[in-house]
Amino acid sequence: MNRNERTGFGLLAICAGFLVLLVVALVGYVVSGGWSVLSFGFLTEVPRNGMREGGIWPPIFGTIVLMLITAVSATPLGVGCAIYLVEYAREGWLVRLIRLSIRNLSGVPSVVYGLFGVGLFVNGLGFGPSLLASGLTLGLLTLPWTITASEEALRRVPRSYRDGALALGATPWEAISKNVIPAALPGMLTGIILGLARAAGETAPILFTGVTFSRPDIPHSVFDTYMALPYHLYILSTQHQDIVTVRPVAFATATVLLGIVLVINGTAAVVRSRLRAAQVG
Amino acid sequence: MEGASTYVHPVTTRNPLTGGGVRRAREAAIRGAFTLAALVSVGVLVGIFAVLFLQARESFGGNEGIAQSTLTPEQRALFTDVEFAALPAVPPPAPSVGRDFLGGTNWNPTGATAYYGVLPMVVSTLMVTLCALALAAPLGIGAAAWLAYVAPPRAREVIKPIIEVLAAIPSVVLGFVGIVVVGPALAHGFGLQSGLSAANGALLLAVMALPTIVSITEDALTAVPRDYVQASLALGADRWQTLVRVVLPAAQSGVVAALMLGMGRAIGETMTVLMACGNATAMPGSIFDPVRTLTATIAIELGETDVGSRHFHMLFAVGLVLFCMTFAVNLASEIAMRKSGGSRA
Repeated sequence: MNRNERTGFGLLAICAGFLVLLVVALVGYVVSGGWSVLSFGFLTEVPRNGMREGGIWPPIFGTIVLMLITAVSATPLGVGCAIYLVEYAREGWLVRLIRLSIRNLSGVPSVVYGLFGVGLFVNGLGFGPSLLASGLTLGLLTLPWTITASEEALRRVPRSYRDGALALGATPWEAISKNVIPAALPGMLTGIILGLARAAGETAPILFTGVTFSRPDIPHSVFDTYMALPYHLYILSTQHQDIVTVRPVAFATATVLLGIVLVINGTAAVVRSRLRAAQVG
Repeated sequence: MEGASTYVHPVTTRNPLTGGGVRRAREAAIRGAFTLAALVSVGVLVGIFAVLFLQARESFGGNEGIAQSTLTPEQRALFTDVEFAALPAVPPPAPSVGRDFLGGTNWNPTGATAYYGVLPMVVSTLMVTLCALALAAPLGIGAAAWLAYVAPPRAREVIKPIIEVLAAIPSVVLGFVGIVVVGPALAHGFGLQSGLSAANGALLLAVMALPTIVSITEDALTAVPRDYVQASLALGADRWQTLVRVVLPAAQSGVVAALMLGMGRAIGETMTVLMACGNATAMPGSIFDPVRTLTATIAIELGETDVGSRHFHMLFAVGLVLFCMTFAVNLASEIAMRKSGGSRA
């Protein structure tokens, strides 16, 4: 290496090193601030004394139910779209239009999805501010990610899986449902779960579609309002009348939210890399 | 995507062994169902635009608001004389799209006379986004170049997933960090009254845009043919000269696409800027002023408006402006990507 290379590559390494430091600092700071407040009770109790004491069970519950509705609404549509694109469609104007839409959908700001949710689900269809309206809004938000992940998984299934079934007299759907989908399933699932983890941290789309600052109990039906972790953190850190006192609770809430998202991400990433290694090798 | 363009769809070919009748009809129905599922994505995009457009259009028509001339005698009786005298004689005229909305420099929807000028928010959004990009671009491109060109494979395998963690951090958590650490640090460092400012938002948005920039730039750099590198080295260039004069220029369109995508993500980001930027509606004078972006305005005000009021519709108009801005930026990225010959996953 000459001097140019040493200084140049040194600078590049500093850039990469800085990003790693940034990640460690961000996660470390939030977790170290929230660690001391975390306890089993914090995860399972309801907030007390204007959220200064007690736990954050209602927002955790709300976020979990929200994820379920999101998964149930986005998965069939997203996987269906991916199956169409990979297994049935031929290149043409229709496929180009669908791809254009998917790419643009993934660029639409989340707050705009929120506006759409208000216009369609809350007011248009009359669901009112509710778990259902929020879950469907998040479902639409995750749709492009679900499609992309499922498509990638389907494309990784070798062509022989289809040819073999077809040669034995299977119909296209039999080949797809019995051979292709089972092979692609683990890959699809990790991709979908990664999308859900991202959706779990979203605040803007649920802001006006049903999340609420505080309610005494957990929601009884999907038409109820609910509490959610990201919104809870937003409230605790900006809107609470006693921001300084609740700061440790805010740190702990941020830790729980970050923990959920990172654990899901980490698991999915490990599973995905194993799958890739197994299928490529 | 590897091999995406050369992929053949085997199951669409007609199979002589498949037989006819009921089975064929069932196959056609299944195929139809999947086609419908695929069309939903088109429907959602059109739907989003339609909802924004139809709701936004309401803002610019008709008269709204209580005025002396619109009150019936019964309603008049509900007001005291002083209150009645304070009302405008006739309802204020509907704001115009060009002069009052897009060109208006004052946003005050709840004042005695309502103003709906969106310009300060557009300027704030662009200011925060461009500053974020200026911070994130050199860092992101540098890190991507290291990952794609310099890093030993083992180091790469460890460091890439760590950087990807940045993409997983929820924006509300970053906003929280902006409130408790970055903002106060800025206030202390630059002697400001409050650190909640455009600068704070720009720093955090840079963090948000970085993972996008790193991953797509890295893809673009990796896609540069090895021949280029070998030819350059064979001519006597060292590895640094090869990177700067050959590899980066060859990947230029991909890098531009990465920056545009990162910018699109930053423009549409809501919670981080909502929490970190201080939310003043005035036209910003400097990077250390509190600002309020388009996204933050929607987030703050939509919950406080009456459904169907002019203010409510105006927030959809703000959403439409936002939609168009991100659409333009994403289109630019798409064009750059097409130029570079790659396709976005």
